[in-house]
Amino acid sequence: MERTTLDLWVGAFVVAGIGALVVLALKVGNLSTYNVSESYQLQAHFTNVGGLKPTASVRSAGVLVGRVTNIVLDTNLYEARVTMSIDKRYQFPTDTFANILTSGLLGEQYIGLMPGGDDKMLQNGDEFKKTQSAIVLEDLIGKFFTSSVDAK
Amino acid sequence: MPIAKSLRTIGHRVINAVWRIGFAARFFVMTLFYSGTSFRRFRLIVKEMFSSGVMSLIIILVAGMFVGMVLGLQGYETLKRYGSESALGSLVALSLVRELGPVLAALLFASRAGSAMTAEIGLMKATEQIAAMEMMAVNPVARVVAPRFWAGVISMPLLAAMFSAMGVFGGYVVGVVVIGVDEGSFWSQMQSSVDFQHDVLNGVIKSLVFGLAVTAIALFEGYDAPPTAEGVSGATTRTVVESSLAILMLDFILTAFMFQGA
Repeated sequence: MERTTLDLWVGAFVVAGIGALVVLALKVGNLSTYNVSESYQLQAHFTNVGGLKPTASVRSAGVLVGRVTNIVLDTNLYEARVTMSIDKRYQFPTDTFANILTSGLLGEQYIGLMPGGDDKMLQNGDEFKKTQSAIVLEDLIGKFFTSSVDAK
Repeated sequence: MPIAKSLRTIGHRVINAVWRIGFAARFFVMTLFYSGTSFRRFRLIVKEMFSSGVMSLIIILVAGMFVGMVLGLQGYETLKRYGSESALGSLVALSLVRELGPVLAALLFASRAGSAMTAEIGLMKATEQIAAMEMMAVNPVARVVAPRFWAGVISMPLLAAMFSAMGVFGGYVVGVVVIGVDEGSFWSQMQSSVDFQHDVLNGVIKSLVFGLAVTAIALFEGYDAPPTAEGVSGATTRTVVESSLAILMLDFILTAFMFQGA
């Protein structure tokens, strides 16, 4: 068995194909943003999560620090319980604010963390005490109409 | 009795079709059964990958580039109305990775490599090369069919990935370089909306299934072709028609399984 030019072409073809897959995974897809580093779980209760979905990003000061892993309805409080996994490198004080924000007017929703000033840090399994729900556009328009009627 | 005659024709057709399906199924199982032998002689697969994979590169790359460029232009025209040109990246990448990459690459592969496979095997049969192999106690399914089958199954996902990557590049050229969409938002919106598992891996699974279907149909049509010039040309036509329909139908079924809401 000898090496032939045919092998070179087929080898180049396979390398190019796998290279294209790597490009799709890293440059086009979000594999590079999945943190390979360790993470810890935090929870938060929201009265309304709006259009928040699992795998939505968790950002603090605009920096991606984690992802939403799970959203369920807590039947004790009838509120949404959102579980998110946060990168181990980032620690947050216990009085951190968790808000559901929207990127742009029609963009997707994400959780924004506003750190407080407490000395103690949130540990794995802890919960954000202060949360702000998603702004639902319909509610906002409804409020605007009722308030303008009251003003007359 | 015209009624009896037409009934007889319909019955004949139906029985013939069922017969053919049964033969096709047995042929497919035999191909899988003898794949072990062809993997032991991997050189045969490499040789077939050259003729079906490498030789399809040009058409795949050029077509991917142009499809991406068209997506860039059309997407920009539509997104501009809503003032969300920055979402162009995710539009181009999602439509390519999820649908257009696997489907168009498979359609091109069926007409470029599938038809060649059918014609080759049909001619081998017409010139009695297959019968000669059997005379020499060489199993034609193990020697001729199985290497081509695996070469097609391996080549198809690689070709689809190259098609998508080239398409994203084409969309980038038109969207960012020519029209002037912001480069940062083009890539970052793309990365935040394309999920590796949900989009890229599902695209790879799709192209694997398409590769399997196209090569299985092409090989069977070649093997089943009547050993005449007319028979081979008819089989080649049937390969392209049947595999194109199979790709589009399988695409609907796979999409329904993969992207059901959420």
